[in-house]
Amino acid sequence: MLQILTPLMRIIEIPMLALQRRLGVNKLAWVFLMPNLVLFGLFAFLPVLLNVAYSMTGGDNVLLGDRPYVGGRNFGLLAECDNFLDPNSCREDKFWRAIWNTSWFVTLQVGIMVGFSLLTAIILNRDIRARGFFRSVFFFPVLLSPVVVALIWKWILQRHGVLNAFLDWTGIGGYNWLVDAQWAFAWSVFISVWAHMGFYTLILLAGLQAIPRDVYEAALMDRASPWRTFRRITLPLLSPTLLVVLVLSLIKGVQTFDEVYAFTGGGPGTATTFIIQYIYEEGFAGAPRLFGLAAAASLVVAGVLVLLTLVQLWANRKNVDA
Amino acid sequence: MRNLWTMLTATRGKTRLHWTDWVSYGYLIMGIFLMFGPVLWLVLSSFKTEAALERFPPTLLPYTQQTVAVEGYDDPLPLFKMTAGEYEGRTLAQLRRVGLQAQMIDPAKPDERLRVSINDREPLEEIYLATENYTSLFERFNFLRFFWNSTFITVTATALMLLVNSMAAFALSKYEFRGRTAVLLIVIGTLMIPQTVVLVPLFLVVTELGMFNSLWGVIIPGAATPTGVFLLRQYMITIPDEILDAARMDRASEWKIFWRIIVPLSAPAIAVLAILAIMWRWNDFLWPLIVLTRSENFTLQLALNSFQGELQTDWSSLLAMTVLTLLPIATVFMFLQKYIATGIASTGGK
Repeated sequence: MLQILTPLMRIIEIPMLALQRRLGVNKLAWVFLMPNLVLFGLFAFLPVLLNVAYSMTGGDNVLLGDRPYVGGRNFGLLAECDNFLDPNSCREDKFWRAIWNTSWFVTLQVGIMVGFSLLTAIILNRDIRARGFFRSVFFFPVLLSPVVVALIWKWILQRHGVLNAFLDWTGIGGYNWLVDAQWAFAWSVFISVWAHMGFYTLILLAGLQAIPRDVYEAALMDRASPWRTFRRITLPLLSPTLLVVLVLSLIKGVQTFDEVYAFTGGGPGTATTFIIQYIYEEGFAGAPRLFGLAAAASLVVAGVLVLLTLVQLWANRKNVDA
Repeated sequence: MRNLWTMLTATRGKTRLHWTDWVSYGYLIMGIFLMFGPVLWLVLSSFKTEAALERFPPTLLPYTQQTVAVEGYDDPLPLFKMTAGEYEGRTLAQLRRVGLQAQMIDPAKPDERLRVSINDREPLEEIYLATENYTSLFERFNFLRFFWNSTFITVTATALMLLVNSMAAFALSKYEFRGRTAVLLIVIGTLMIPQTVVLVPLFLVVTELGMFNSLWGVIIPGAATPTGVFLLRQYMITIPDEILDAARMDRASEWKIFWRIIVPLSAPAIAVLAILAIMWRWNDFLWPLIVLTRSENFTLQLALNSFQGELQTDWSSLLAMTVLTLLPIATVFMFLQKYIATGIASTGGK
């Protein structure tokens, strides 16, 4: 397959050779780095700076030069609240609802997901048959696109869906799940756990397999109970991996948007509207397009994510050194 | 069957299964049901006719009512089996239904009209795969266009990403130059800037570069990834420098060393990254949602999402389209699942 690219590579070689003659071998490294760095600059670092600028401007013009400077008014608007615990008392109540929804969602989703991933990883780490097959069973949904995940479950949960048919049959009776705020939220947590737990199971399984076998053999010699073995050996030795999984799932959880947006559209009402959807709707979906407010809200999320990423890098430092 | 059972219950070294083994297998089998079940249900449902989809409770397999063509009637008539009443046991075709009564005829004797109660009959059904759900996608919607957009974005973005990231990884792993640590820090820094938090300014940059509503607006911003650079760099570090020195002795240019030596030797890592990139790009949603607003530019994911709003009740098309959207990724998964698993475990995700 690579042969197709050979002519192209020959063409690139001509200017690269000229540059090599002029710059010398070591400086050529910058040439190799250049495309990547330009892309990082244009699409990561420049936007961060622009984001700060946007957050201090108003109006609905996308061109920064045409936007009036408003100082901290966007942040003031977001923070204008009588009682931060009650979104109804806030000027920008949708923002606070999204914040609270996201907080609840992340707490529940990460807790449940890491719990089930750990359980699944421990079971997969046992002396079982067809481990590879079972591992891919749990991993499979990770590959599905968020929209596909949402539609699969919407089809199952719809009024005349298979779940309601089953509940009717057992005598419990069906329910119009996605019309009820609390149930819509609960199912959003469920599909999110369903879609992502395989990924964390995989990481935890790798962590479990890295624990030396002889530690367990020693525990067996000492007649330690399985529970004690788990508490005193597995958990402490797995804790670095567990921390990585926890932080990684928090980082992703805060950014949850796709699958829930396709699943419930953020509703009913604002029951499943999370912070990224708030940013999307303020900045891109509604009219007028409040880029300033969206940028200000982005900075709040960015702050949380930077903190979490620093924890992640700290937790990962052993892996980076190795 | 006996052999299968022995195979399944045999354990390595142990003589018989402990109760915890039973619990483990129970959990795993429940896992198969819960993880594969919904997808299987989607695929089965996508082959049902509109009428079968509306049925409650639903049937597992796609059924449709048998019909018969009777002389003198333009449309084929639905067939029923009589379960009670005067004509019990006979198979009749329905002409029309009036309230609780139906006018039926015997296909063998089409002249005689019979009046029956609808409670005395059951529809005669057969398994039928409604492949028209799939074919109608191509007739009614611009499906090929969406498929092409998704494919174009995925292929181009993956190729571009592999080239750009492996060049950077090569520089960071095989050259000693001032500022290398600084560049590494910059790459780590970008880990902290996910697309989701710079949506507004990214939109401005892309618009200013004239890439709004263009597939390139989706392809280019994601071409440089810190994950890709790190994954490849970790691999390239293990390639011995002696090979490079030998090539330099032979007066190979640096670009040739990169292209002819480093890239082929890093093939395993590049393959892992390629699989990840294909997966990310094919499934990408939020950024395309912002950049591509005209329906002729939609990717499959966007089309699927917008149709589920428009076609609230048209589940037959929607389900078929969902299956076609997950098919490419499911195929890739079946053949390459081992590499995907190791790839994801080694990068820790995006």
